[in-house]
Amino acid sequence: MGERDEEDRPFETTQGRDGGAGGGALTDLTRLHVHEMARLLRTGEVSSRALAEAHLAAAGRQNHALNAWLVIDRKSALAQADAADRRLAESRRPGGSGVAALHPLCGVPVGLKDLVSVKGGQATAGSKILKGYVAPFDSTVTARLRQAGAVILGKTNMDEFAMGSSTEHSAYGPTANPWDLTRVPGGSSGGSAAAVAAFHVPVSIGTDTGGSIRQPASLCGIVGLKPTYGRVSRYGIVAFASSLDQIGPLARDARDAAILLHAVSGRDDRDATSAPVPVPDELLDLPASDDEAASYLKGRRLALPREYFVDGMEPGVAARVREAVAAMEAAGAIIEEVSLPHTDYGLATYYIIAPAEASSNLARYDGVVYGFADRSSGDYIADYLCTRGTGFGPEVKRRIMLGTYALSAGYYDAYYLKAQKVRTLIKADFDAVWAAGFDAICAPTSPTVAFPMGARVEDPVAMYLSDACTLPVNMAGLPGISIPAGLSDGLPVGLQLVGAPWRELGMLRLARAYEAITARATWRDLEPAELHLTDDPTTPSPLERQARRTQGAPATGSGDQP
Amino acid sequence: MAAEAGTGALERYEAVIGIEIHCQLRTASKMFCGCSTEIDGAAPNSHCCPVCLGLPGVLPTINKSAVECVIATGFAIEAAIAPTTRWDRKNYFYPDLPKGYQISQYQLPLASNGRLTFETSEGPFTVRINRAHLEEDTGRLIHAELDASPGGRPARRVSLIDFNRSGMPLMEIVTEPDIRTAEQARRYAEELRLLMRTIGASDAEMENGQMRVEANVSIRPRGREEFGTRIEVKNMNSMRSVERAIDFEIQRQAVAIDAGRTIRMETRGWDEARQETYLMRPKEAENEYRYFPEPDLPPLVAPPEWLAEIKARLPELPAARRNRYGTDLGLSAYDAAVIVNDAAATALFEGALAADTGAPAKLIANWVTGEYMRLVKGKAGAGKVNAGELAALAKLVADGAISGTNAKEVFAEHLDTGEPVARIIEKHGYRQISDAGALGAAVEQVLAANPAAVADYRAGRDAAVGFLVGQVMKATRGQANATMVQAALRERLDRAE
Ligand SMILES: [Zn+2]
Repeated sequence: MGERDEEDRPFETTQGRDGGAGGGALTDLTRLHVHEMARLLRTGEVSSRALAEAHLAAAGRQNHALNAWLVIDRKSALAQADAADRRLAESRRPGGSGVAALHPLCGVPVGLKDLVSVKGGQATAGSKILKGYVAPFDSTVTARLRQAGAVILGKTNMDEFAMGSSTEHSAYGPTANPWDLTRVPGGSSGGSAAAVAAFHVPVSIGTDTGGSIRQPASLCGIVGLKPTYGRVSRYGIVAFASSLDQIGPLARDARDAAILLHAVSGRDDRDATSAPVPVPDELLDLPASDDEAASYLKGRRLALPREYFVDGMEPGVAARVREAVAAMEAAGAIIEEVSLPHTDYGLATYYIIAPAEASSNLARYDGVVYGFADRSSGDYIADYLCTRGTGFGPEVKRRIMLGTYALSAGYYDAYYLKAQKVRTLIKADFDAVWAAGFDAICAPTSPTVAFPMGARVEDPVAMYLSDACTLPVNMAGLPGISIPAGLSDGLPVGLQLVGAPWRELGMLRLARAYEAITARATWRDLEPAELHLTDDPTTPSPLERQARRTQGAPATGSGDQP
Repeated sequence: MAAEAGTGALERYEAVIGIEIHCQLRTASKMFCGCSTEIDGAAPNSHCCPVCLGLPGVLPTINKSAVECVIATGFAIEAAIAPTTRWDRKNYFYPDLPKGYQISQYQLPLASNGRLTFETSEGPFTVRINRAHLEEDTGRLIHAELDASPGGRPARRVSLIDFNRSGMPLMEIVTEPDIRTAEQARRYAEELRLLMRTIGASDAEMENGQMRVEANVSIRPRGREEFGTRIEVKNMNSMRSVERAIDFEIQRQAVAIDAGRTIRMETRGWDEARQETYLMRPKEAENEYRYFPEPDLPPLVAPPEWLAEIKARLPELPAARRNRYGTDLGLSAYDAAVIVNDAAATALFEGALAADTGAPAKLIANWVTGEYMRLVKGKAGAGKVNAGELAALAKLVADGAISGTNAKEVFAEHLDTGEPVARIIEKHGYRQISDAGALGAAVEQVLAANPAAVADYRAGRDAAVGFLVGQVMKATRGQANATMVQAALRERLDRAE
């Protein structure tokens, strides 16, 4: 595919698949990357409306089997697409601003995790307690996407309040993984990941508090980037853990992830924790040519932390990651093993800090002003208990209790304060790596491939372990990206690259380089194995599968169910 | 019960009092959002936005001028200003608290270790101030009765919430338990209110809740070190009620202890109508607020240049002003305090001094504390008085160009109408004749017209001079300078002999 130089290739717009993206002309608009769409939109070869129609059709047809979307707003999407087409036409006209002035996202369909506020739309955060809430304002991310001209198709499914690693903790039913419909897509941004993997949108917005972008990207075989803490404004994003939450792109390649990151990044006066760090325009110009992209690897120093290749890791995952590292070494990178000695404390520390912040952030859901409310008792304390008791799911309640306990008088010093100290040690581990001159850390994103639905939902600790490789990166506030690195038993494996603060561009260039050196790999041409099943209306929905499973094998209380 | 509690309570017991004051800061916008603070009289929930309503996903941003108000207060109370401070969340559930937590400062207040000195009937007194910090206000619950609906729904009691006050900037100032009497407590609160108004940090009107005073009151037998059980007293809506509520509470506790009852920790409210405190709620344990650092706001760093700028902008503080009035201007301590305690009087006095008419400061001060204060007492506003005009009038009095009696009338009219003093004097012909020539003519006329009185004087009856002075004043319609008239008469009568 090295010769796939899209700048010269003619384009035909016909419907239907032609057997993959591998050979000949592309004929299905949903298979286009953002950078391809941008070119075609600018020349007028394709309209934003046509893109929106094609993606809406796919999403509408397949959502029954995937449950990736909580809302698909066709009417709004088409209106946005038409507006984008007018902007494009305006800029193409002689004397117009010129298409170069437009953001490459102009006219491109995107999906938003359902915790991103969109004025006049729902933002359930996957929770019953926000049922009926209509956001009266746009999040900063939404506003920036609108400014760029992106076309928002709808809102994607997620674990309730982003607490989970499988999207099974959604109050609106689980999402299926298009690679295997009986398996989870990861979480908490599982809907966003599945929608991108299933070609319903080329890119989507997720949030990552402990791995919630990278882990589902890994499990769905796509790219997911968690930016440096402070890179993207959190204003208008329903909060889980304020000091860890970051918003970022899910995409099917590094270039697209970079384009979406560029659109939403940058200091925002409404978020005091957003940083006044310039957003490099080079994000829009990652190399198109594989040769140029691959050359970035020459002389790069990549660190392999030995603590990330131990306990509980599936051999297939470890093998793919090691192969990926070997491929980069062969392309000129210098690989050295390093130690991040406090890695083991990451999980415990995270499960004090994140629930503590969450217990406070979620206190506002009291049914007084908005959202779900149970006011049957007539006494405000009892109303709180009923509203919150019914409105929150079990995982959210578990974390609220954990966090409340950790912040209580007499426990604060032993838990929260100590966790914050350990957090600085974890950060110092990473700092030492940057001080030693490394460009990035390479690690697995998830210790396993996509696991079966129901396998971990009754066993919180097993679920928490899904994020063991990703959450230290949130604790340190660093940028991390997960990129597809092949398959294990037919399921995608993600390679995680972690960089120094504000080095997203470097991470994306590395990711692009890795794509370039593996461009000819056979797994690159594969589409999600069970995606075709989702076109069949008789394919059961994830909720139906869940119901059958729980009927067939009632919960034993011991945990794992196959 | 307190009435007969014995006037002796304070001889046997010593009160230990700490004061917590919440002041609404004088800023244009709320603490963490752009909403206007002009909420007085506004329709309920007309001054709110997603941020102060605590909607999902919103984040706070710091109002710099609120921070400056607290730092200015810190300087004014000689406190240490933290070079780096941070915000904490105080977590609790209540319907008027939309986020389920209040953003406050717990571990690192903006200002700490300050003090305030003020006058009391027993001389100057200094209270140590533990801290001054910044936080956000809550909304307001309104309990109302809904009428029965025509559709047949019965009347019912409801609780409504007004979020206009939600997110208003509040400064909390906490003293050490240094106060021993109700009067000290009131004087402290008064001095702090004066300070807030002087530096422009708060309008501090107690009546409309811009300044809320809470007192922690305990008593202990005189001579004992350890503190008694403290009672928190709230709902004091005026300075007078602060003093009365604390006095009541001291007496009530003394009676209880004398009767062998134990004082339990509780919060009591002041009932203005019954002039007594009542139990609001018991305090079983310290409240569990689960404080932790606010992750949505980075630490606040106050660079030295910024602090210096705020300090430089501070106006003259009340204590310094009182001192200057006494030492430099020669005012009595009482006059100085009276003027400084009243912002309008201070402005009038300072304005009159600035007019630089040559009228002595003490004389101007007499006019301010005397006629001005008398005339504006109980009235809203300071009338139409102009400081330059007051200075001009005082100068005329000092020069003997107008009689004291007439000057008072002129001033009253000026205060009413704002008309220039010179024009009022002109209109009423109040200008005093101090011209020897003009006076001489009047004297001659009166002497010629009153031979009997002249004869009486010459016969040794000195009182006749008084009669003659009166006649001259009458002839000049009171405009003659009486002192000069008397001198001229004597000189003329004695010379003629
Ligand atoms: Zn507001």
